[in-house]
Amino acid sequence: MMTSISTILEISDLTKFFGGLGAVRNFDLTLRKGDLNGLIGPNGAGKTTVFNLITGIYEPTAGDIIFNNSSIVGLEPFEITRLGIARTFQNIRLFSNLTVLDNVRIAYHPHSKYGMADGILHNRKFEVNEKELTEKAQEFLAIFGLENLQNEIAKNLPYGQQRRVEIARALACEPQLLLLDEPAAGMNPREILELMDLIHFIHDRFDLTILLIEHQMRVVMGICKFITVMDFGQVIARGTPKEIQENERVIEAYLGKGAVHAA
Amino acid sequence: MELGFLLGSIVKIVGILAYLYGLLWVLARPNRWVKIIGVLAAFGVVQLALTDWGGFQLLTNFDSGLLFQACAMTMVALGLNLIYGFNGQFSLGQWGFYGIGAYTAADITYRWVNGDARGLLVVGFGTILGGLALIYIGRWLKRFRGVPVLSSFTLYLIGAILAATVAVYIGNALNPMLEPLLGTNLNPGVLNSPFALQIVFFLAVVFAGIFAAEVSFLFGLPVLTLGSDYFGIATLGFTIVVNVLMINSDTILPFPEMKGGRGMVGIPKLTTWFWAFFFMMAVIIIMRNLIQSSTGRAIISVREDEVAAKAMGIDVAGSKLLAFVVGSFFAGIGGAVYAHFIGFLSPGTFGFLQSFNPLIIVVFGGLGSMTGTIAASFGWIFFLEGLLRVLLSQMGTEAPTWRFVLYPITLLLLMLIRPQGLLGNIEWGFLKHKDVLPREISVVEKPEVAASEA
Repeated sequence: MMTSISTILEISDLTKFFGGLGAVRNFDLTLRKGDLNGLIGPNGAGKTTVFNLITGIYEPTAGDIIFNNSSIVGLEPFEITRLGIARTFQNIRLFSNLTVLDNVRIAYHPHSKYGMADGILHNRKFEVNEKELTEKAQEFLAIFGLENLQNEIAKNLPYGQQRRVEIARALACEPQLLLLDEPAAGMNPREILELMDLIHFIHDRFDLTILLIEHQMRVVMGICKFITVMDFGQVIARGTPKEIQENERVIEAYLGKGAVHAA
Repeated sequence: MELGFLLGSIVKIVGILAYLYGLLWVLARPNRWVKIIGVLAAFGVVQLALTDWGGFQLLTNFDSGLLFQACAMTMVALGLNLIYGFNGQFSLGQWGFYGIGAYTAADITYRWVNGDARGLLVVGFGTILGGLALIYIGRWLKRFRGVPVLSSFTLYLIGAILAATVAVYIGNALNPMLEPLLGTNLNPGVLNSPFALQIVFFLAVVFAGIFAAEVSFLFGLPVLTLGSDYFGIATLGFTIVVNVLMINSDTILPFPEMKGGRGMVGIPKLTTWFWAFFFMMAVIIIMRNLIQSSTGRAIISVREDEVAAKAMGIDVAGSKLLAFVVGSFFAGIGGAVYAHFIGFLSPGTFGFLQSFNPLIIVVFGGLGSMTGTIAASFGWIFFLEGLLRVLLSQMGTEAPTWRFVLYPITLLLLMLIRPQGLLGNIEWGFLKHKDVLPREISVVEKPEVAASEA
């Protein structure tokens, strides 16, 4: 397949088998720079598996993942993150006994400009760069309105704020591509509205490409420009939100009759 | 008599805790000179108490033995806290590295005072060359994608063995040049003057620590890929292997001076309060600085959530290995200090049952609390060795046996009352995390919350 300059991620024929079970089969997806696309499908359709394959937590059985014109298959998850792909998790995975600030500072660790020796010696280089690193982390927290909670222990925060910390932490990885796994799960309608604005905002401000898994139809339909629908590990439809809403296969497989009004 | 002794012991324990608190407090002062003078004063106070003022000595020889033992235990337990408390890897191998450090350093100085420089030369060159070999092989391996861990382990092992072989040759070649300067036991040469011995002791301790660290690197590389529980079993195996090698050091290993199961006698007693204090402070400061740096946060994140840490770009395998190697380095140093105050090493000290001691101390003091570990190390030694042994011995000859009944009961009670350990995650003074103040100006604006597209 041709890869143009503006293509940031290109997945072709991605397949993952767990034993005899084909969790993902012949999955294709192309993201261009600046896209804000959605990936939807019923429970067990393989959406999170796709995320785990992209981020290197699983190794694909077959297929290729091209990120910025080079294959990332077989790289360690941390190497993939350092190349510029960050993610959040379906069930929040914060470093729960650490402070909010430390959560974000840890994500910034690969970008820290001092090594272990500077840290042990506590020299000038350490002090300057540690201060810079902390300020950078606080900047990310400020975007999410969390600057006053920076010394709180992460697990003590309410659910919605934990989600925000998780997204802030993912942004601190300084990614080009952000993968959000059900960011609105467990949020109340007001928090969902805030979240949608937030996603729009970070998309524009950080010049990000975002791929989003979501169950809440109004989130997907509200913010995604292009949607891919999966069922039983395969793509069953692609298109704009409007097309997807009218696609019969999607309605049958995923939304079911009578659920359409949710959008 | 017994009551008086009990009260005196309690006063001593309170005194120790106050001393540690003061030491950590003064280290946290912002002024550099206050810090230096404070630490020197802390050193001096104990030094004065240990000095014999014409028959009067505040701390007896028995006390000073406990003190040195507590310092050594602090180093070992802090190392384990780094591995288990901060990095979350359940390890029983700490005691093995402690033993490696003790025997390595003891062998260096024992040979030295007996007119044989090969111990220092071989271990010195071996650790330096081995370290360089490991570092360069590591850099070279970074060029390849997805090297299986056993393949890289094989390469590291070959590199280490080559370095060791070269070191043995260099040591044997250089030894004749140094031997005349060392003299014999009865007629010490220039290099066996008290001052030269202090330098040799310092080098022995450092090389013993590095040696333990390198062994832990080679052992940890394949084993740390196991899950936490399996890792615990594997490290227990390591401690047993080290112990068996110690028992048979004169038969299957070429070290007749270690005398196998009979125990190594005649190690020069070079550990003074200065060295014990110096190495303990070095370990405390290195570990505190490491924990409070970005690297330390990466180590802690692995404990909190490995998957999330990976997704945040943390090299999880590398962080585990780093914590394990640094922790073993501390254990090696602790062992070396221990060997030179006790003057006698028996493989029984390094048996696998005793390998639970540092673990008990770390859990007792609180996982992830440096202060707790330090306090528990001192408390443990003085409670078990000092208080109970002496107190019970005054009740009858058989009574000291009771201390291993009273001691587990104390542990049990503590775990029931305070499962998070004596100090939980409380830190004192110098070890406390500085609270980061909120920023005053926010550079970016928050997005406005607009209810649209509903």
